Amino acid sequence: MSGSAIVMMLVAMLIIWGGLAVAIVNLRRSPDLPHADEIQRDL
Amino acid sequence: MSTTPESVPDGAAAKRGAFSSRGVFIFAAIGSAVGLGNIWRFPYVAYENGGGAFVIPYIVALLTAGIPFLFLDYAMGHRFRGSAPLSFARLRRGTEGLGWWQVGICFMIAIYYAAVMAWAVRYTIFSVTKAWGDDPEGFFFGDFLKAGDPGVSTTPVWGVLIPLLLVWVAIVAVLLLGVQKGVGASSAIFIPILVVAFGILVVRSLFLPGAAEGLDALFTPNWGALTDPTVWAAAYGQIFFSLSIGFGIMITYSSYVHKHTDMPGSGLVVGFANSGFELLAGIGVFAALGFMAQANGVAVGDVATSGIGLAFVAFPAIISEAPAGALIGVLFFFSLVIAGFTSMVSIVEVVISAVRDKFEMTRTRATIAVTIPMALVSLVFFSTTSGIYVLDIVDHFINQFGILLVAVISMLVLSWGLRVLPTFSDHLSDGSSIVVGAWWRILVSIVAPIGLVLVLGLSFWEDVKTPYEGYPTWMLAVFGWGVAGAVIVFGFLAAQAKWRDPETLSEVHFNKKGAQS
Repeated sequence: MSGSAIVMMLVAMLIIWGGLAVAIVNLRRSPDLPHADEIQRDL
Repeated sequence: MSTTPESVPDGAAAKRGAFSSRGVFIFAAIGSAVGLGNIWRFPYVAYENGGGAFVIPYIVALLTAGIPFLFLDYAMGHRFRGSAPLSFARLRRGTEGLGWWQVGICFMIAIYYAAVMAWAVRYTIFSVTKAWGDDPEGFFFGDFLKAGDPGVSTTPVWGVLIPLLLVWVAIVAVLLLGVQKGVGASSAIFIPILVVAFGILVVRSLFLPGAAEGLDALFTPNWGALTDPTVWAAAYGQIFFSLSIGFGIMITYSSYVHKHTDMPGSGLVVGFANSGFELLAGIGVFAALGFMAQANGVAVGDVATSGIGLAFVAFPAIISEAPAGALIGVLFFFSLVIAGFTSMVSIVEVVISAVRDKFEMTRTRATIAVTIPMALVSLVFFSTTSGIYVLDIVDHFINQFGILLVAVISMLVLSWGLRVLPTFSDHLSDGSSIVVGAWWRILVSIVAPIGLVLVLGLSFWEDVKTPYEGYPTWMLAVFGWGVAGAVIVFGFLAAQAKWRDPETLSEVHFNKKGAQS
């Protein structure tokens, strides 16, 4: 692989997979409210 | 006081069904977004449109159109707690037709999408024995599909009909189980399996001789591409078609999410997960194509392709030539089946949800009422010797002049016609980890429509200028323009039908407030 191809591959991985990691960390900081008492029937 | 109105009576979630947690919703949304397009469309689009340089328009499109549009769909469904028609009707009675137009599109897509899955099911098995021999193309079109001349035939192809029937049985079974146990649980189980199976495939492909040349072809940047408007249109088109936005799926799914869920935070995970899988697919597919090019002594560009040609012609050739090819084949086609299945479930759920809301049906009755006619149409048109031609035409036209057109129009109606974006951004921001402010309103009302109109305009011009793929004019008129037009007519006629319980519409008191803001 050429140098420019390797650089662009790493850039894509960093932005996209890195973005996913950041998005997950961000979401985990705001807790999902449990509503165990609610009925989830699906009639 | 919260800026989010308590818009829905507590009983509604119980009655319509709901996802049990944010995590299940995210898996379902990823399951819908990650489909065949991620595996067989993205790699070639990226290669064709600047290679490594495509990363830039792709990311720009994701951030300026894809994710903002995802948020718009979320706001509609999460705020109005309904299927696409119900959400539009609750927003403004006169816009209900847009929702039914989206339902019509989902109906059309589901009937042919099932056929592609049936092919992938057969090919998972064919991979074990490499049933295509040394002529994958002749095998696919001749031996397997028994494709004749373009036209419509009623001669059944049993090798397609039987797996197609099984696909429909599986889809119906999952949908009968309901929102949480069917739609949610199937994605929560299948998506991790998909990532593992495809991950193994990628690792295997990377160790094939020639893999580096494949990746070199995919990632070598052609910076000149960045000044070409068609490259930007390709980026917006790829992001748009990949994310399952604009045709009712995300409206439906977000109506099943608890009121206090962080929708924008969830949306970022979904958007990046979808792109993350596309990138993985790009690496896996081009590593394999690099092997094929080297094995045949040609350039990667000579073997690079997309869609049906990639999956059912190029990959079988790779499977035949590669060491441990059967493993590659089973993993590849199994991944297509899984990725397709979770998307297919979401597409059919749009129709079921709409029928349930409008006619106050139980899940079981609505599922039967929707899926049986769908399966019959699907079997009649796509298990015959002319199936592939009809499929190709319907797919092209329903994507361009169905999904894309309704998305652009509904985006403009919401942002400029009804001017509901300020209320929507308040709703999304309430309790969220991300403030969905003016930046979002500008992207949704100006930037994203410009990008999508560019894609739509180029596509329209292309289809008017040259008949798609050289098919006979009557076929394009009936299955192309005709089908795309028919779903619009259907949409606005369906909106005229009476709601079984008119109270359904008044459960959300948003219209006046929305109009004033």
